[in-house]
Amino acid sequence: MPDRKGFVPPALALGLGLAGLALFFGIWEGCGALGLVSATFLPGPGAVFADLARLVTQPYAGATLPADLAASLHRYAMGVLLAALVGLPLGLAMGWFRLLDAVITPIFDGLRFVPPIAWVPFAALWFGTGIGGPVLIIFTGAFPPVLIGTYRGARMIDPALIEAARMLGTPHRRVLTEILLPGAVPSIVAGLRVAAGLGWQSLIGAELIVVSSGVGYMMVQAEAAGATETVMAGIVAVGLVGSAIDVALRAAERAVRRRYGAGGGR
Amino acid sequence: MSTIVFAGVQRVFALPARRVVALEAFDLAVAEKEFVAIVGPSGCGKTTCLRLAAGFDFPTSGEVLVGGRRVMGPGPDRAVVFQHFALFPWKNVHDNIALGLRNAGIPAAERERRIAAALRLMNLEGAERAFPHQLSGGMQQRVAIARATVLEPAVLLMDEPFGALDAQTRVVMQEELVRLARVAPRTVLFITHSVEEAIYLADRVVVMTPSPGRIDEIIAVKALREKEGWDGLAKIEEVMDQPSFIRLRTHIWRRLREAQARSE
Repeated sequence: MPDRKGFVPPALALGLGLAGLALFFGIWEGCGALGLVSATFLPGPGAVFADLARLVTQPYAGATLPADLAASLHRYAMGVLLAALVGLPLGLAMGWFRLLDAVITPIFDGLRFVPPIAWVPFAALWFGTGIGGPVLIIFTGAFPPVLIGTYRGARMIDPALIEAARMLGTPHRRVLTEILLPGAVPSIVAGLRVAAGLGWQSLIGAELIVVSSGVGYMMVQAEAAGATETVMAGIVAVGLVGSAIDVALRAAERAVRRRYGAGGGR
Repeated sequence: MSTIVFAGVQRVFALPARRVVALEAFDLAVAEKEFVAIVGPSGCGKTTCLRLAAGFDFPTSGEVLVGGRRVMGPGPDRAVVFQHFALFPWKNVHDNIALGLRNAGIPAAERERRIAAALRLMNLEGAERAFPHQLSGGMQQRVAIARATVLEPAVLLMDEPFGALDAQTRVVMQEELVRLARVAPRTVLFITHSVEEAIYLADRVVVMTPSPGRIDEIIAVKALREKEGWDGLAKIEEVMDQPSFIRLRTHIWRRLREAQARSE
C-alpha cells in the first residue's frame, strides 16, 4: 500500500507490537496497583490470568473452561456449517439465475442489517434451551458474509469464461459446480473468514442469554456472583480462541488463493 | 449443412449518450468448408459479426442463420476460439477439452479417444495434466482450438485468436492453422485486424470499414492462391514474398485507408 506513511522493517514491527502490548498491560495493572479503581471494578491482568489458569482445571458453574469452550465450539461449528451449507449454493444460484437474484436480494438486504442478538427472543421462543437457539443466532451472524462472498465471487468471474461454458453447451447445474464454484473460491474463502469471525462474536452474545453451558454462560454466572476476574478471564478466552480461528483461516485463505487466485491467470 | 448466412443484419447499440450502429446492411454467406476472414480496424463491427454467429448477441434487425437455422443462443455446433483463450484456469488441459464432450453425453471411451486425437492434432501430447497458467500463450491457444474442434462443430468461430500472441508464436500458429485446414477442412469465420493474416489464411477476405460497420469489399483469395501456387510454399514468409500476395495486401491497405479518409 504505497499511500501508507512511513516504513517499518519487520523486526521493528514485532518490537513495536510487543511494546504496545506491554504498555497496554502496564496501564491495566497500574490502574489497580495505584488504587485508581477497585479490584472488583477492574480486575488487573495478574488476577485475571491467575483465574484463567485456575479455570483450566477447576470447574466453575459446573464445568471447566476447556469443557465450556468445547460446548461453545460445538454450537459454533454447527452454526457456521449451516450458514455455509445454505449460503454457498444460494449465493452461486443467485449469481447465475437472475430471477432468483431478483427475488432473494430485497429480502436478504432487509434482513442482513438486523444484528444477530436481536433474534434472541425468537431463538428462545422457538427452541427453548435446545441447541437450535444458539445455532440460529450464529447462523444469522455468519450467513450474510457467506452469501455475499459467494454471490460476488460468482458475479465477478471473467465473462469470457461464462461465454466459453455456454458455447460448450454446459448445463446449468454443471455451470454452478464446475465454473462458478471454482471461479468464486477466493471470494468465498474471504467471505467464510468474515463469517467465522462474526459467527464467533454472535455465539458469545447468544450464550449470554439462551443456554446453560459454554463460555458465555460461564461469564453470566460469574457476573451474577460478582466474580469479575472470572468474567474478564472469559473475555480473554473468547478473544484468544477467536484469534486462533482467524489465524487458521488466514492460512487457509492464503493457500486457497495460491491455488485458485494468483495461479489462475487466463 | 455447415453454412453461415447473415441476411440484412443490422446491430445498433443504444448507449445512454448516443446510438452506435455497429453493423449496417450486412450480407454475407459463408459456404460449406469455406474459410472466411473478416478484416478491418477496431470499431468496424467485425467482432459483433462473430458474436451474432456465436449467439452471444442478437441482431437489431435481419437474421443470422447457421446450417439454415436461426441462431437463438450459444451452442456447441458453433464453437468459439477467443482472443484471450478463455480456458478454465482450475481445469487441466485434458479437462478443459473434455467439458464439451461430457456436456454432449459422449461415453467415456469415445471421449478419451477423441481427446487423444485432438491432442495429437494440436501437438499437445504430454501436456494433458498441465494447467493453463503453466503453458505458454501459444500452447494455451492450441488447447482452446482443441477444445473447440474436438466437438466437431458445424462452424468454427475464431475471434482474433492470435492477437494475444507474440509475433513468432503467431506465425507458427498461422502455419499450423493452414495445415489443419488442409487435413480437416471446415467452415471457419475468422476475425482479425491483420491484413496479412487474413490473406494468408482465408479463402475469401471480407474488408470492413467502421461507423457504421459495413462491408467495403469481398475478395476471393482462393482462386488467386491456387493460380499462384501459394499452397506449394511451406513457410509464411515465402507466401508473403510473392508479388501476387504483395499486390493484394497493398490493394486492401488502400481500401482501408480510403475508408478511413472518408469517415474523417
